[in-house]
Amino acid sequence: MSADRPTTPDRDHGSTDAAVVLEAAVVVMGAFPALAGVDLRVRRGTLVGLRGPNGAGKTTVLRLCAGLLRPDRGTARVLNVDVADDPAPLRWRVGYLGHSNGLYDDLTALENVTFWASTVGADRGDVDAAMAAMEISDRLRDVRVRHLSAGQRRRVALAGLVARRCELWLLDEPHTGLDVDARDQLDRLLRAGADAGATVMLSSHDLDRVDAMVDHGVDLVAGRVSREVRR
Amino acid sequence: MSTPPGVVATARMIAARDLRIEWRARVVMNQVIPFAAVTMVLFAFAVDDTGALGRLAPGLVWLTVMFSLLLCAQRAFAIESADGALEALRVAGVDPVGIFLGKAAALAVQLLALAVVMVLAALILYDLDPPAGGVVLLVTSAICATCALAATGTIYAGLAAGVSGRETLLPLLVVPVVSPVLIGATRAVEAALGTGGTAVADGWPWVGLLAVVAVASAVVGALTFGSAIRD
Amino acid sequence: MTTPTTPRSTGTRATRVIGIAAIVMSAWLTLFGLVLSPADVAQGDAVRIMYVHVPSVWLAYLAFIVTAICSVWVLVARGRVPGVDRVAGASAEIGVVFMAVTLVSGMLWGRITWGVYWQWDARLTTTALLFITYIGYLAVRGLDGSPEQRARRSAVVGVVAVAEIPLVHWSVRLWRSLHQEATVLDTDLDVDIDGLMLFTLFVGVIAFTLWFVWFVLHRARVMALAALVEERSLDEALAERATEVPAGGQN
Repeated sequence: MSADRPTTPDRDHGSTDAAVVLEAAVVVMGAFPALAGVDLRVRRGTLVGLRGPNGAGKTTVLRLCAGLLRPDRGTARVLNVDVADDPAPLRWRVGYLGHSNGLYDDLTALENVTFWASTVGADRGDVDAAMAAMEISDRLRDVRVRHLSAGQRRRVALAGLVARRCELWLLDEPHTGLDVDARDQLDRLLRAGADAGATVMLSSHDLDRVDAMVDHGVDLVAGRVSREVRR
Repeated sequence: MSTPPGVVATARMIAARDLRIEWRARVVMNQVIPFAAVTMVLFAFAVDDTGALGRLAPGLVWLTVMFSLLLCAQRAFAIESADGALEALRVAGVDPVGIFLGKAAALAVQLLALAVVMVLAALILYDLDPPAGGVVLLVTSAICATCALAATGTIYAGLAAGVSGRETLLPLLVVPVVSPVLIGATRAVEAALGTGGTAVADGWPWVGLLAVVAVASAVVGALTFGSAIRD
Repeated sequence: MTTPTTPRSTGTRATRVIGIAAIVMSAWLTLFGLVLSPADVAQGDAVRIMYVHVPSVWLAYLAFIVTAICSVWVLVARGRVPGVDRVAGASAEIGVVFMAVTLVSGMLWGRITWGVYWQWDARLTTTALLFITYIGYLAVRGLDGSPEQRARRSAVVGVVAVAEIPLVHWSVRLWRSLHQEATVLDTDLDVDIDGLMLFTLFVGVIAFTLWFVWFVLHRARVMALAALVEERSLDEALAERATEVPAGGQN
């Protein structure tokens, strides 16, 4: 992987350098077209919210952008990498949090973040900065992840993304299982991440919350985009 | 600008992490080893002939290790599946060869510890009287055999990790493939312990076989593991 | 993406030619095997089972090598060569059938010659282990997932399995050799062959190879038709989704 990790990218709204470009993307799961022709263009450095009922394809869009799925028809370009061809150059530039967090229960929060940071060769400084950005206290660092609450686990997982300086954050229903305060805190941190230059895409059932916080709202219905709102 | 670690560094990182997790959770120590020990006791009920038990001891030890491999290999990937970590490793772009070598190495260490305990249990339970010169043969054959078992177990457990119904699939896949290891390890330990009436020197050709199997398994595993865990 | 004409059967001129050749060679084999070739000095007419047993085992190995080559191809191409994957699967299925024939004929041969169905003959033991290995391969082929996923997963098993063949062969042979000193009789299913027997064996291998090719072609084409059906139903499913009305409120 020869792609260099970026400094803060330009938040020029006229930029044609899109983080994600999907054109008539079709993704089939088994025999079922989870995405039935999605057209989507996401600018770098924006906070994007995917909304829609269950089965609309929100998770599939995120997994496609993570390079975990390939489009069966149409095209998908993420960070200028053609996902259909070879998603390998996308690796470590994208952070994906699905319904799970990718944490190891028997390691402490610090050990987890350190492990994920070391997968890209980041050092202790990056780890400490990430933990601070995600408001993980010193006391919490040394607690085994299995003893942490859902909200705390989310923050540890996000600290991993920050430590790795991912350009694209993909979060699938990150608000699930969090109380209102934890959701507010999460939103604050996601906003800060987008302001710092990352492109953040999240899906959520919490419609009002998503409405309020995002720069770019995308409604999905039956595997297609039905409506887009940009701020 | 930091760079992602190479294959060896990745393997070391992953092996250290797996062993640390095992040290914290003590699954192999507290669950698998006692299971294996009681299996050795059950063999005495099944065979019910002290003389025969003494002659069968090497085979019983390695049968037990082979069954324990299935449990340990499944455990090695259960920690990854528990919170979607394997997928996160893929998205993060960690080199699959590094993951394979690291996990196989950690598994081999655990199996070796288990094999040592089983040999001691056999010495005690089956009343064996080993010659002094067999220790080197014993240790060498055990190392080669556990490496071969670990490599095969890792690759198939990785393959099965992404699929439902995997519990019955893993034994079916692993057991036929490790039959050469069972054949070689049993003959080598027979020679080392003097239970089959063979001299210690007769065991070394079998160690040669085990070494070849170990190397072949490791090479094939390294080449195919990336495809096995992709999903 | 529908084809202009759907084939009405999986037969083509090529398979008809191969099929006829296979029938002719099988007739030859029957003639030579049962009538023209001599009975063995020690085993009598029981040796004629060899004309089924030995070609079967060779064909089983050939089938698994074909599967292995296709599996490597599938892995290199990251699972995006469905035609090659189909050949791998068809070949493995036919290979498993040939293995079963090998095992049954071997057991019958042993029963007639030595009075026991199984005496841990090196070849039969290896065959039994490989039989189970490829049953595992077929089990992995039957798992859920997209065609690409299934192709990749079974390709991994195919490659590991073929690497295992020489190792199992070697270790079982070494294991049996330990016991040869102990027994007076050589209980391996082997016979001194020469002349007419060798020729008959050769005819047998050719006949079985032709059947193998014929079966694999047909089976792979049936799989291709099944994939075509899947593709068609995807078009229908896409059309259906386009008209889908969401159950809940519109956002």
